Amino acid sequence: MPFVNWLKRNLVVIAGLLTLGYLLLPNVIVTVFSFNKPKGRFNYEWQQFSLDAWKDPCGVSDLCGSLSVSLQIAFWATLGATLLGTLIAFALVRYRFRARGAVNSLIFLPMAMPEVVMAASLLTLFLNMGAQLGFWTILIAHIMFCLSFVVTAVKARVMSMDPKLEEAARDLYAGPFQTFVRVTLPIAAPGIAAGALLAFALSFDDFIITNFNAGSTVTFPMFVWGSAQRGTPVQINVIGTTMFVVAVLLVLASMVVGNRRNRHKA
Amino acid sequence: MSTLTEAPPPLAPEAPEPKPPKRRGRWTPYWLLLPGILWLLVFFALPMIYQASTSVQTGSLEEGYKVTWHFATYWDALSAYWPQFVRSVLYAGTATILCLLLGYPLAYLIAFRAGRWRNLIMILVIAPFFTSFLIRTLAWKTILADGGPLVGALDTLHVLDVTNWLGWTAGDRVLATPLAVVCGLTYNFLPFMILPLYTSLERIDGRLHEAAGDLYARPWTTFRKVTFPLSMPGVVSGTLLTFIPATGDYVNADLLGSTDTRMVGNVIQTQFLRVLDYPTAAALSFILMAAILLMVTLYIRRSGTEDLV
Repeated sequence: MPFVNWLKRNLVVIAGLLTLGYLLLPNVIVTVFSFNKPKGRFNYEWQQFSLDAWKDPCGVSDLCGSLSVSLQIAFWATLGATLLGTLIAFALVRYRFRARGAVNSLIFLPMAMPEVVMAASLLTLFLNMGAQLGFWTILIAHIMFCLSFVVTAVKARVMSMDPKLEEAARDLYAGPFQTFVRVTLPIAAPGIAAGALLAFALSFDDFIITNFNAGSTVTFPMFVWGSAQRGTPVQINVIGTTMFVVAVLLVLASMVVGNRRNRHKA
Repeated sequence: MSTLTEAPPPLAPEAPEPKPPKRRGRWTPYWLLLPGILWLLVFFALPMIYQASTSVQTGSLEEGYKVTWHFATYWDALSAYWPQFVRSVLYAGTATILCLLLGYPLAYLIAFRAGRWRNLIMILVIAPFFTSFLIRTLAWKTILADGGPLVGALDTLHVLDVTNWLGWTAGDRVLATPLAVVCGLTYNFLPFMILPLYTSLERIDGRLHEAAGDLYARPWTTFRKVTFPLSMPGVVSGTLLTFIPATGDYVNADLLGSTDTRMVGNVIQTQFLRVLDYPTAAALSFILMAAILLMVTLYIRRSGTEDLV
């Protein structure tokens, strides 16, 4: 029975590809339904092909406004979290100091906490302080929960770094600042970039913590959440599809550039 | 986890020359830590204390709240909302097991069988992250729609009869049932299972598989005795990364479920943002946090893995 044998050998491949299909099916639906022309307020049932939404992606009020709010918050949150997180990562890998255990748990706990708990407790803090909920409270919250992920990403990279390279730089009479900028930073850069990318994605897509601490500010995920109650415009799918395509293209481009660079080195 | 200890610098046995003394000041690490740690203390740790204090306050929105050490709030919250707690753990647990069962073959495929397709499959696993998860969750409303092709097929194959009998679905509907919520949770947290699994599988030396084969182990025995035990760190961190966020999630229960599938996250959200009963909401959130920390600690103890971060 050659077929049964083939099936036995490739069972794991088939199961894996089925899982991949499960992961990608919603994206296919989002893309297909961006060309839909729904009858009612909700875009859940296929009616007929149309390019209307693609021609007018900002045609729904507040949609592109919320997108711009989300991009701004994600930008500043990434900047803040990457800066603070990189400093912590260097301190953890390069120095001995007291309270290392406490610092490690303080970094680990936000990642091990359900979002709703952090969201609710942060809201009690802001309410008690009488803070005005809005752009700034969202930004504070996003920097807080992105920080730990940046620390983890940068730490992994700095730990795998050969300290001899910095010693060599010092032996060649580079000052501490010069060593850091010309040797340490370029080697740590991929870790910092990975951390920043993760922070951006987490911040841009966050809903639960934002929903608690946003006041009347509307980010893109909050707009989508609201539209699930009021009616889902096709434009949401257009933006979802665009984000997916741009992300895949960016990753592919970076891979091509990386390959080419490696080939030049070889 | 950390290679450095607080003890005086130990000399590596193989390296006879001592490390050059560090010329940086002894305060440098504290200056590096200060801004980030301060941020976490003020916006992560302090809120927890505020929340604990809010949970034992009484009063009303108009007159303000006062700390009265009213611990009965905890009892009231638990006795009113224990079904939602049970449901959260049940749904999140089922979703975690499903994630493991679905994610393992894909992680295995990427690690050992993908060859030159490895990078492409990896991108396809991560890429959905870049479309807002709310949009993707809404897509499940279309996939599981009443009378849609999937539900129709499940009905014809009598799968719905089985799930109806188990109480996972109701009638000829999948949407607004526990099955839909678990399906959404599984979908949303699957990448968090696949990535750590892949990381730990990828570290396994392929020669171990050959060795097992040379010793007449069948493929399944090889998997059970070699591959799976070696991938345990990935299994542990994957299940944690899936279970913890899934327990606190309220998005899937809200978008894909009904009032009968409300999880504890839904209750906390409603109490905090709509009912404005802050003490009850804070108490519920505190119980959820304590329950998860307890479960996670026990789980890590039992599985004997400490290298999670």
